[in-house]
Amino acid sequence: MLPAAVSSVDALKADSPKVWPEFGTNEVVHWEYGEAAKVETLLRSAHRVVKVDLVNNRIAPAPMEPRVVAAKYDAAEGRLTVWSPTQGGRRIQMMLARTLLKMAPDKVRVISIDTGGGFGVRSKMFPETAMVAYAARQLGRPVKWLGDRAETFVSDYHGRDQINHAQMGLDRDGKAFVLKVETLLNVGAYLSENGLRLPMEGGGRIIPCGYHIPDFYFSVKPTFTNTVCTDTYRGAGRPEANYLMERLMDKAAETYGLPREEIRRRNFIKPSQFPYKTHLGFVIDSGDFAGTMEMALEHSNWAAFEERRGRSAARGKLRGIGLAFFIEGAGSRPVEGMRVRFEDNGDVSVIAGTYSHGQGHATVYSQLVHEFLGVDYDKVRLINGDTGTSPEVSNGTFGSRSSMVGGGGVKRACDAIIVKGKKIAARLLQSDATRVTFEAGVFRAQTSSVTMADVAAAARDPNKLPDGMAPGLDEYVVYENDTENFPNGAHVAEIEVDPETGVVEILNYVAVDDCGVVLNPFIVHGQIYGGIAQGIGQALTENIVYDAEGQLLSGTFMDYGMPRAGHFSHIDARFNAMPAKTNELGVKGAGEAGCCGAPPAIVSAVVDALGSYGIKHIDMPLSPERVWRAIQESRVNKAA
Amino acid sequence: MHNFNYHHAADIADAALKLKVTVEPKLLAGGMTLLPTLKNRLAQPSDLIDLAKIDGLKGISVEGKEVVVKAMTTHAVVAASTDVRKAIPALADLADGIGDPAVRHRGTIGGSVANSDPAADYPAGVLGLDAVVETNERKINADDFFTGLFETALKPGEIITAVRFKIPDRAHYMKFRHPASGYAVVGVMVAQYGAKVRVAVTGAGPNAFRVRAMEDALEKSFAPASVANIKIPAGDLLGDIHCSAEYRAHLVNVYARRCVEALVK
Ligand SMILES: Cc1cc2nc3c(=O)[nH]c(=O)nc-3n(C[C@H](O)[C@H](O)[C@H](O)COP(=O)(O)OP(=O)(O)OC[C@H]3O[C@@H](n4cnc5c(N)ncnc54)[C@H](O)[C@@H]3O)c2cc1C
Repeated sequence: MLPAAVSSVDALKADSPKVWPEFGTNEVVHWEYGEAAKVETLLRSAHRVVKVDLVNNRIAPAPMEPRVVAAKYDAAEGRLTVWSPTQGGRRIQMMLARTLLKMAPDKVRVISIDTGGGFGVRSKMFPETAMVAYAARQLGRPVKWLGDRAETFVSDYHGRDQINHAQMGLDRDGKAFVLKVETLLNVGAYLSENGLRLPMEGGGRIIPCGYHIPDFYFSVKPTFTNTVCTDTYRGAGRPEANYLMERLMDKAAETYGLPREEIRRRNFIKPSQFPYKTHLGFVIDSGDFAGTMEMALEHSNWAAFEERRGRSAARGKLRGIGLAFFIEGAGSRPVEGMRVRFEDNGDVSVIAGTYSHGQGHATVYSQLVHEFLGVDYDKVRLINGDTGTSPEVSNGTFGSRSSMVGGGGVKRACDAIIVKGKKIAARLLQSDATRVTFEAGVFRAQTSSVTMADVAAAARDPNKLPDGMAPGLDEYVVYENDTENFPNGAHVAEIEVDPETGVVEILNYVAVDDCGVVLNPFIVHGQIYGGIAQGIGQALTENIVYDAEGQLLSGTFMDYGMPRAGHFSHIDARFNAMPAKTNELGVKGAGEAGCCGAPPAIVSAVVDALGSYGIKHIDMPLSPERVWRAIQESRVNKAA
Repeated sequence: MHNFNYHHAADIADAALKLKVTVEPKLLAGGMTLLPTLKNRLAQPSDLIDLAKIDGLKGISVEGKEVVVKAMTTHAVVAASTDVRKAIPALADLADGIGDPAVRHRGTIGGSVANSDPAADYPAGVLGLDAVVETNERKINADDFFTGLFETALKPGEIITAVRFKIPDRAHYMKFRHPASGYAVVGVMVAQYGAKVRVAVTGAGPNAFRVRAMEDALEKSFAPASVANIKIPAGDLLGDIHCSAEYRAHLVNVYARRCVEALVK
C-alpha cells in the first residue's frame, strides 16, 4: 500500500508522504491577512491572552438522495438533455457546454427536479455528470448513473475539517483588542471548486464574528491530504469562524472570572457602530447583538439555571447551559435573474434564476407577488430548475441568498410592472398616469378603477396600449446588490451529561435569530431547525474518520453518526428582527444560521456541565466515549 | 447482488430438503441482515430458501414455566405480545428496542439468533433467560449456542424452529445504543431464578457471554453494590471508532448495576 497523509497536521510534517510529489510539499498556499509582527507585539502587551486549539471535525453532507445523473442526446437536433439534482443548473450547463463537451450552450439543457436538499455539496460539478453526458452523446442512447450510499460517503465532497489555533489579547476590563488565528484546512487530494477559499472568504469575512476587535492577523494553510476533497457544506466557513470565536469568548470569561454573557456584552459591536466594516472589508449594516443575546438569556431562563443544575445533580446528572453568539454572511454573489410573467389563463409565473430545493420558494415568491401585485396567492406559479426555461442569468440557490436576490428580484420586477401598469391603466381610465394609484391589485383614478387582471389583458392588445409601448406586462430584472447581508443570532443550549456513560442529552434549545424581515415565519423556522439539527450533528455525533492508511472508516450509516430525532429537544426559535438596510425587503438569510450557533452552544453547555471536573474543552463530536474519557482523565489528574 | 434461485419452503421438512439438495443454500427469514449482505456482494448463495410461508414457524405460547417463541416471529410481534409482557416483561422490552419499526416488523427471532451478530439484542435474552434453541434436529442450550463472532453451534442445514425461554422471577434488560447504528454497544440482561442469577452481555464481545463473577456476587446478595465493583477485562472485547473495548468494559459494569437497581427499586 502506498503511504498516506490523512490529517492536515501530519501532512505538513517534513517526512509526510506528498500527495503531489512534484510540488514537494502538501501546503497548497499560505494565505495571510494583517500584520503578524504588530499583532505579536499587541498580544505581548495584553493584560491577558486566551488561547484555544480546536479541531473542527470533518463531516459528510449526506443528502437523502445519493448523486444521480441521466442524459439523453438527440442526434438529429444535436441537443443534449441532462437531468441531475443540482443547486444551480446554469453553471452545470455552461461547464458542460463550454469546458467539457465543447457544445453551444443552447444545445445543452440541464433539468433539476425535486431535489431533496443541497447542503452545498449539490452546487458542484461532479465527474459523473460529465461522463454520463459524454456517454449519452457518444452512444446516442440515454444513459443513467445512480450512486449508492457508499459512493456518497467516499466521494461526495466533505465539509469543515479545520484545525484552528487562536489567541485573543484583552485589556484589564476584559475588552478584547487583538486577535490571531492560525488555520489549517484539509482540502483533500485535489482542489475542489470552492474548498480552498472557505476559511478566508467564507469565514474570514465575518471574523471577529460580532465583536469589535481592532487588530487581527489571520494565517490559513490549505493542505493536501489523501482524503476526499472538502468544499462548501451548510455554513461553509462561517460555522468554523464562529466556533473559534465563541470558544475564545468562553475561555476569556473563565480567565477573567466573568459570566459568559458579560464578556460578550463587553465586546459586542454596538448599534452605534453600524455600518461596521469587518477586517476583510465587508460591511455589516445592522444588528442588535447585545439585545439578541439578552432575549436568548431571557427565554432560556438563564438567570435561574443554578436551581435546575441542582435538581439534575440530585438525580446524579450533570446539567450545563451554553451560550453562543454568531454572525453569518448571506447572499453572496448577489446577482440574479428573475422574471414575472402574466399567463393567458390569469396565472402569474415567477421564473426564477434561484432554485428551490427544499426551501419553499414557491410559497414565499407567491406571497410576495400577492403582496406587491394583489394577484391571488393561488394563481402564482414558480418555474425554476430547468435551464430550458430559466432566465438567462440564473445562479441558483446557495449561501442563504434567495430571500435577498430572489425576493428582491420579485420586488423590482413587480415595481416595474406597476409603473408600466399605471400607464396602461391611465389609458383605460382616461386619466393621466401620474394620477393613477395602485393598491391591493387595483388601479384607481378618481372614482373609476381597473384590476391588475384587466391591465394584464389590455397589455396584450396593442390597441389599448399608450403610443409606442411594447405589448405585455411581463418584466425581467437582473437583480444586483453591492453587498450581502449579515444574519446573526444567539443560541442557548441546555444539556445533561450522564457522568457514568458520558452521554449528552439536550434538554432545551433556545434560538434567537436576526434574519432581518421575516417573510414567512413558518419557512424561516424550518430553516433554523434544519440548521440547528445539522449543527447538533456536528457537535455530538457526526465525524468522518480515516485510518492512517487513508481508508474511510465511517463509510456507512452504521458507522457515521447521523443525528436522529431523539438527539434533539424542543427548539424554541424566536426572532429579533433588525431589517437589513441594504436590500429593499430588509431580509437577511436564514439557511445557515443554525449550524453556526449550535456547535459552540452545545460545546459550551457540556463544558459548563463538566466544570466541577476542571474540564475546559472537548473537541467535537462530543461522543459518549469522548466525554467519558475526559471525565476519567480529569479524575486521574486530580488524583495526581 | 449476484444471481440466486429463490424458493418458498412449504414446511420445515421441505426447507430441510431444499437445504440438502442445493449447492450453496441460505435460509431467508426477515432478510434484514441477509439482504444487505447480498446487496453488498458479501455472500453469494446459489439458492435462497424463504421460510416466510411456513405458518408452523410463527407464534408465541406460554407453556408452563416457559415462553416459546417460534423462529419466524417478528420482533414487533414479541414486543406487542401480552403473554410475553406478562411472563417476561424484560423480553418484550428487549424486542421493542431492536432497530426501528421497519426492522422490527421484518426481523425475526430465528434470524437474529442464527446470525449471532455481536451487537444484536436477542443473544443477551437467550443467554440471560436460560433459553433452549430448538432446531429441526435437536435442542441446544443457550450456554452452548453462541460460539463466536457471527458463529453458533448450528450445523449446516439446521433450521431454528423456536426459542424456549425460562420465565424468571424477575429480569431486566438495558442497552447502550451505538451512536451511529443504534445496535447494542452493550446490552445486559439480568435474570433471577430462585437462588440463581444469570447476567448475560451482548454487544461488548465477539458473541454474547455471561459474567459469572457478577452472577456469583448477586447470588450472595442481590443488590447493586454487589456488582458495582466487578470490572470485566477489556482485552477480549470489541472496539470501533465510536466505542473502544475499554469503554465497553466500563459500560458492562454500569449497565449491570443499573439493571439490578431497576429490579430492586
Ligand atoms: C437498520 C437495522 C437496524 C437493526 N438494529 C438492530 C438492533 O438494534 N438490535 C438487533 O438485535 N438487531 C438489529 N437489526 C437486525 C434485525 O433485528 C434482524 O433480527 C436481523 O437482521 C436478523 O433477522 P432476519 O429475520 O432479518 O434474518 P435474515 O436476514 O433473513 O437472516 C439472517 C441469517 O440467519 C439465517 N436464518 C434465518 N432464519 C433462520 C432459521 N430459522 N434457522 C437458521 N438460520 C436462519 C439466514 O440464513 C441468515 O444467515 C437491525 C437491522 C437493520 C437492518
